[in-house]
Amino acid sequence: MEIRSMHFVSRVRQRLDDTELQRNLQRTRGRNAAARLASLSSLDDFDAVRERATEIRASVLRDLDVWLERFEAQATRRGATVLWARDGDEACRLVIDIARRHDVKTVVKAKSMVSEEAGLNAALEAAGIRPVETDLGEYILQINDNEPPSHIIMPVIHKSKEQVSELFARVHGTAAKTDIVELTREAREKLRPEFLGAEMGISGGNFLIAETGSVAIVTNEGNGRMCTTMPRVHVALTGIEKVIPTLDDLATLLRILPRSATGQAISNYVSLLTGPKHEGDADGPAHMYFVLVDGGRADLIGGDFEPMLRCIRCGACMNHCPVYQTIGGHSYGWVYPGPMGSVLTPLYQGLEKAKDLPQAATLCNQCGVVCPVSIPLPDLMRKLREKQVDAGLRPWSERLSMRLWAWVAQRPKLYARGVRLAVRYLRWLADGRDRIQAMGVAPGWTAERDFPAPAAQSFRDQYAARRRAGR
Amino acid sequence: MSSARDDILGRLRQRIGREPAGAPAAHARVEQVIAASQAGPRPSYDGDLAARFIERAKALISTVDECAAPADVPARCAHWLTGQGLGRQVVVSPALAGLDWAASGLDARIGAAGGDDPVGVTGCFRAIAETGTLMLCSGAQSPAVNSLLPETHIAVVQREHIVADMEAAFAVARDAFERWPRAVNFVSGPSRTADIEQTIVLGAHGPYRVHLLIVG
Ligand code: SF4
Repeated sequence: MEIRSMHFVSRVRQRLDDTELQRNLQRTRGRNAAARLASLSSLDDFDAVRERATEIRASVLRDLDVWLERFEAQATRRGATVLWARDGDEACRLVIDIARRHDVKTVVKAKSMVSEEAGLNAALEAAGIRPVETDLGEYILQINDNEPPSHIIMPVIHKSKEQVSELFARVHGTAAKTDIVELTREAREKLRPEFLGAEMGISGGNFLIAETGSVAIVTNEGNGRMCTTMPRVHVALTGIEKVIPTLDDLATLLRILPRSATGQAISNYVSLLTGPKHEGDADGPAHMYFVLVDGGRADLIGGDFEPMLRCIRCGACMNHCPVYQTIGGHSYGWVYPGPMGSVLTPLYQGLEKAKDLPQAATLCNQCGVVCPVSIPLPDLMRKLREKQVDAGLRPWSERLSMRLWAWVAQRPKLYARGVRLAVRYLRWLADGRDRIQAMGVAPGWTAERDFPAPAAQSFRDQYAARRRAGR
Repeated sequence: MSSARDDILGRLRQRIGREPAGAPAAHARVEQVIAASQAGPRPSYDGDLAARFIERAKALISTVDECAAPADVPARCAHWLTGQGLGRQVVVSPALAGLDWAASGLDARIGAAGGDDPVGVTGCFRAIAETGTLMLCSGAQSPAVNSLLPETHIAVVQREHIVADMEAAFAVARDAFERWPRAVNFVSGPSRTADIEQTIVLGAHGPYRVHLLIVG
């Protein structure tokens, strides 16, 4: 997918002014967070599970090369073909090669974030192969002129049922329906023949299991099962970081993935797919492929940002992020929104292409608290900010004022005098109230919020006065 | 030009600081982790696993019926289908071919479901009490499509096959299968979606209803 993160600020401005979007975001705000919290009580000890899940993911990353080789050997032994791609373009080429080899005209796709990273749909279309998204949300986006998703597990969270209804009526040529049950049924009936007719299914993978060489796919709709059962070719497209050691580890991770995502104790379907169909099997693909994509992941190993690779794509961080909840996912400008996106986008696409994202957070640490694999998201954002400063990527006005501030801060007398002046100025602005509504020298500060008025005396002055009084 | 595989693994080794001499030890460590696979922290249940399974399955909007012996299964299925107004036509997984379906008055075909079959009847490898989940393993006797394509899925669950959690089910499966099944599907109630306005709707792409018949 083409990256548009450069225009973050202007996009945010548009989103905030979009009353329809704001209404849609408002409708579901906080719901997943509440459901998550309610679901934790069904685990005796959530923290213990979280700790274990964190260790599972961390332990794999420490020996990722060897775990990948173990996975590859098992998958191959069970009849799958394992292919590797350095980046999204290479992944697209491999998938198109597979499609050509098997004479594929239509591909049904279950949700795969890596395919979004790679821009696979556009590549398939250019190669004359028709991709059909089958997750209801992804399908809605595809028929709406390939609109990008705004959330990693609820891709159309920004849309109302009226908008979906209007879209279906227009694209399907059917009478407009406003009932969500009927809309869902309409999509089911449109997609059923696609599942039965497509020659190839592409899925992502929530986990790759080294013990058995399997891919685990977690869905609620059953489209993941369809895509990996009906067509004669199945391609699982995943990042190289998705390996976990054993089936028991899968069981542990499944205790926290759906709970963190939607508050479900378990998703409706967890499919563990291992190789192509066996002799005598009535169903299943005759050919199974894995395409393991690097796309910037290997470079994170062994560095400050390695913990980000633990991510299991649950979406809890965005569900709890006050910034995401206000501006929606599209503002972030690439595949991954919210806190995890603010870290991943600059890492995978380059810091200079996503300058604003590490700043798009209050560092309130809600995300760090809920992340089921304990990724310290605010710390990582802070590290990215440091890198931006080191690379000279901040605006000259900010750099200049920081330099100025540092110069003053190193001169205590000057600093104290400055503070006293500032306090007087701010209290004059506050005019006896405890908040400032219009900040004279920096009006941007108070455009959307008040600025608290300072105490009459600075801490340093109070401290000095107390010392003098012998207290 | 080196292959993508060598390139990616090479970069990983470099970043991890893996010397060629250290590789065998790392491989041994990985094999050791798998061989000594251990369950993580998991909830424990006192009391009856079957009761817990039934309670959880109902919470997932599955319906539950019970019968005493395998021979009762076809008649119980027929009875439930009639009560729901779901007709008589069923496709039955080969694993259950030994039961007397004809006598129940059902129009039963043994085999794999097609796109138009209204009701699919399957067995169940193990059932998981923790979450009310079915574990279905694909094979010649148990096509995966029977629990997927029809609008109604009936699963026949042996009471003694109800286990505490996924770890317990995997432990049985590791011993039971000489060749690991192509598809292991964990099914937790009817297919659903909440993509539009986060409103839950049943029957997204898979079955609208899942009915469990517990035997024994
Ligand atoms: S960063 Fe953590 S909370 Fe966010 S999606 Fe990844 S695993 Fe979930």
